[in-house]
Amino acid sequence: MDIIKTENLDFDYEILDDKGQVSECNPALRGVNLTVQKGEFLAVLGHNGSGKSTLAKHLNGILLPTRGKVFVNNIDVSDDSKIYEIRQTVGMVFQNPDNQIVAAIVEEDVAFALENLGVPPLEIRERIDEAMKLVDIYKYHKHAPHRLSGGQKQRVAIAGVIAMRPQCIVLDEPTAMLDPKGRKEVMKTIKMLNGMGVTVVLITHYMEEAAQARRVVVMDKGEIIMDGTPREIFAEVEKLKAVGLDVPQVTELAYELRKAGVDLPADILNEEECVKELVKLLQ
Amino acid sequence: MLKDITIGQYFPGDSIIHRLDARFKIIFSILAAAMLFTAQNFIGLGIAAVFIVMCYAVSGIRFRMILKSLKPIIPLLIFTGILNLFFIKGEEVLAEWWIFKIYADGARIAAFMIIRIITLITGMSLLTYTSSPIMLTDAIEALLAPLKKLRFPVHELAMMMMIALRFIPLLIEETDKIMMAQKARGANLDAKGLIKKAKALIPILIPLFISAFKRANELAMAMECRCYRGGEGRTRLKKLTCSAIDFLALGLILCVFGLIIVNNFVF
Repeated sequence: MDIIKTENLDFDYEILDDKGQVSECNPALRGVNLTVQKGEFLAVLGHNGSGKSTLAKHLNGILLPTRGKVFVNNIDVSDDSKIYEIRQTVGMVFQNPDNQIVAAIVEEDVAFALENLGVPPLEIRERIDEAMKLVDIYKYHKHAPHRLSGGQKQRVAIAGVIAMRPQCIVLDEPTAMLDPKGRKEVMKTIKMLNGMGVTVVLITHYMEEAAQARRVVVMDKGEIIMDGTPREIFAEVEKLKAVGLDVPQVTELAYELRKAGVDLPADILNEEECVKELVKLLQ
Repeated sequence: MLKDITIGQYFPGDSIIHRLDARFKIIFSILAAAMLFTAQNFIGLGIAAVFIVMCYAVSGIRFRMILKSLKPIIPLLIFTGILNLFFIKGEEVLAEWWIFKIYADGARIAAFMIIRIITLITGMSLLTYTSSPIMLTDAIEALLAPLKKLRFPVHELAMMMMIALRFIPLLIEETDKIMMAQKARGANLDAKGLIKKAKALIPILIPLFISAFKRANELAMAMECRCYRGGEGRTRLKKLTCSAIDFLALGLILCVFGLIIVNNFVF
């Protein structure tokens, strides 16, 4: 059963001149057909300007398609009357944690979405406590957000979204501004949520993060050019390099060794696999 | 340097004053100000001052904080003092030097004005010392609610205050960073003279403004993603609740007010 479906999605960034006429038209998405299954962990890869963030913003109606359609649970996102239902189903986390925290106290911020939805206060309390415990920030619930670390702030933002109990979370480069420790914390949280049955769409340009997903989609110039499991995608080293992307370090090592005539499989994804294969060869 | 700025500083605590309903506390502050302007003599002012000091004692806020809150208004105090001291004429001359004459009336009024301002600021500070920013914005929203009928955007105003309070520390931090970056590029931020000083601000303010607009844009998008649609149908995590203590406190403050009014007629 699919939760998100886009049909021939086109989007142009239009620049208007003084008279309100379209003077310039920059296509950002071209004919994107993407379906996301319920419970899936999908990573969207692409270098800067590939349209991956623009795509993310279509998944809960922040941007509306220039041409084509986007459906969430079979509801058209351009249906104005259902927009809050859609945004409750597909939650969104952005890159900069500072710019998505509204309130000056952690628990107040986590409660923001529920307050907007008109949930009664007692139920808000229950749901935000649950959300904060889930992402492990409950001990900071009375703190001011600007006193927390980047990883902690990003988890506050995630808690604010999961308090809505969405079926799907779209994360737009959630680790890009974090240090390695914060990045690890956030990735662990994302994987845990996926394990609980939440559909995850992770927009990223870190190959190591994409390798942890169950399915990877590669975008270039507003189009989806590759779609498959991380193994299938990272096996095609040359194709990825052609669109300005890297592969995980071990995959690259295996690729170079293969080129030099060493008999290694093409789809090595992590260190352990690589070590195992190399040991096998050396014995 | 910029870290010293404390706007609406709040000292968490669990005293009776902390637990009073913020709506009542705002009304109390207005009453306290009215009280200070009603008092016509030193006895009335003394009653109000004793009352405010008692409130501080109950709230557990250290008295050192009173001095801290007065620091920014010292120039105002000096100005008021001098003005009243030299320009009010009376009959009894206390001191005379060159063309200046100090009259007893002048000295009395100067002292009166200074005490009035000090008590006023101390009293008002107690409000922000003992109520969290969110409680205050909620209270303002609740108190201004009748204005909604006149189409005054009360909810929007409260939301703007809340966001401003959230972003003040962020923008201060950012200003510090921009200043360092500009200094590293050779900007002369310690220039002397008013015009040069103003010019030195430009390379700080422009990046700060651009970044503030970018932040605002992203924040608006994040708020939309979390189903924000204005004040209509919104609930609150923490509801403001008033109890018997609030009304008791109201009674007390009205008694003090009454005392001051009676005192005006008696003396």
